[in-house]
Amino acid sequence: MITGSIAAIGAGLAAIGAGLGIGRIGGSAMDGIARQPEAASKIQTAMLIAAAFVEAVALFAVVVALMGNG
Amino acid sequence: MDCSHVFEFKVNRLIVVFTLFLAFFTVTSAAFAQVDSLGTTESAHAETKAEKKFDIGKFALHHIADSHSWHVIGDVYINLPVILYTPAGIVNFSSGDFNHDDEATVVVERKGQRFVKMHEKIYYASDVANAHGQYVELDDKHHALNKRPLDLSITKNVCTLIISIVILLVVFLNVARGYKTRKGKSPKGLQSWMEPIILFVRDDIAKPNLGHKYERFMPYLLTVFFFIWFNNMLGLVPFLPGGANLTGNIAVTMILAAATFFITVFNGNKYYWKHIFMPDVPWWMYIVMVPVELFGIFTKPIALMIRLFANITAGHILVLSLICLVFVFNSMYIAPVSIAFAVFIGAIELLVAFIQAFIFTILSALFIGMAIEEHH
Repeated sequence: MITGSIAAIGAGLAAIGAGLGIGRIGGSAMDGIARQPEAASKIQTAMLIAAAFVEAVALFAVVVALMGNG
Repeated sequence: MDCSHVFEFKVNRLIVVFTLFLAFFTVTSAAFAQVDSLGTTESAHAETKAEKKFDIGKFALHHIADSHSWHVIGDVYINLPVILYTPAGIVNFSSGDFNHDDEATVVVERKGQRFVKMHEKIYYASDVANAHGQYVELDDKHHALNKRPLDLSITKNVCTLIISIVILLVVFLNVARGYKTRKGKSPKGLQSWMEPIILFVRDDIAKPNLGHKYERFMPYLLTVFFFIWFNNMLGLVPFLPGGANLTGNIAVTMILAAATFFITVFNGNKYYWKHIFMPDVPWWMYIVMVPVELFGIFTKPIALMIRLFANITAGHILVLSLICLVFVFNSMYIAPVSIAFAVFIGAIELLVAFIQAFIFTILSALFIGMAIEEHH
């Protein structure tokens, strides 16, 4: 018998989404850096900003899950 | 952006020092956790076992919440002042008068009014106690129904805010004095420690996003960057000057985001407002475009607020949950695992502390830059 809140499933789904998103951003940034190593620092900044946006969405989900739980 | 100079020789060293620091104190706090857990095991044998189920969620949320007294170690507390605005005027007393009661069982009477504290909120006490000895009326979800006075107390977060203001003032007045007395010479001491980071904010955050008018906004960007960074770091230190979860408090991040919002709105030029109210699209598109753009003015700072709050809160909950594994498994052999993970997450949190300060500042600069951009 599994007990607990369905909010945990929500948090898990949010983690999957963010994982896919950040994975894609990181992978593309790697691609970009491999093609153009001299632009590495610019790509890194853009990557961090994009990752922050993706992460924010996931964290919204986590906050909602926490509220649903509490 | 070329942030390599910061990453290479300043932050790296910093991160190493703070990681060791954090590692040491995580180990000590985990050791305390271990002692507590042994205590729990003994008492669990004495009492019925079913009652002793450990609730990670409650524990973690309690530890990241604001508090009226500052728990130092064991039974040592710093009692912070309670300041209440009531119809009978301002009432103040020490939070120690509640005897660290958090279940509304101890009544404090001042100026003919009676107060109780329940879950770090202060209520007007009921005349008689309920069946559990609590001077509040509860609804079926155990939330108090009593009225609350306006609470202006110096809580743990307010106290940390004051501490961080003092630290920031000491550090940056010192640095500023250095530039005045040694004008044109190479930096020295604290100044050379801070200069690369200040230059990082100027060259990599302000200049690319704000263009040639960046100087007007440098004071704000530097303030917000160092305020967030210092407080993120203070939040990671689990003992006295740190320990409060200031940047993980949504009220604090709301004020920071509101500052960005007002700066954006008040500095927006005619092109910015034209872009919102009269974009270059066919008129019938306005029905959709204008509400969306108007909504966008508010969602940007709201996203800033939630991002910082959720990132820091999630980090704290993660570290606390890992420490809690000891309690959950009720075994001291799990302690090395939870310490190892907590140190690892702690090291990542140091990076997150910097990245979140950076993201907040660069997005603020981006929004302000969008508002002041000249038409071309």
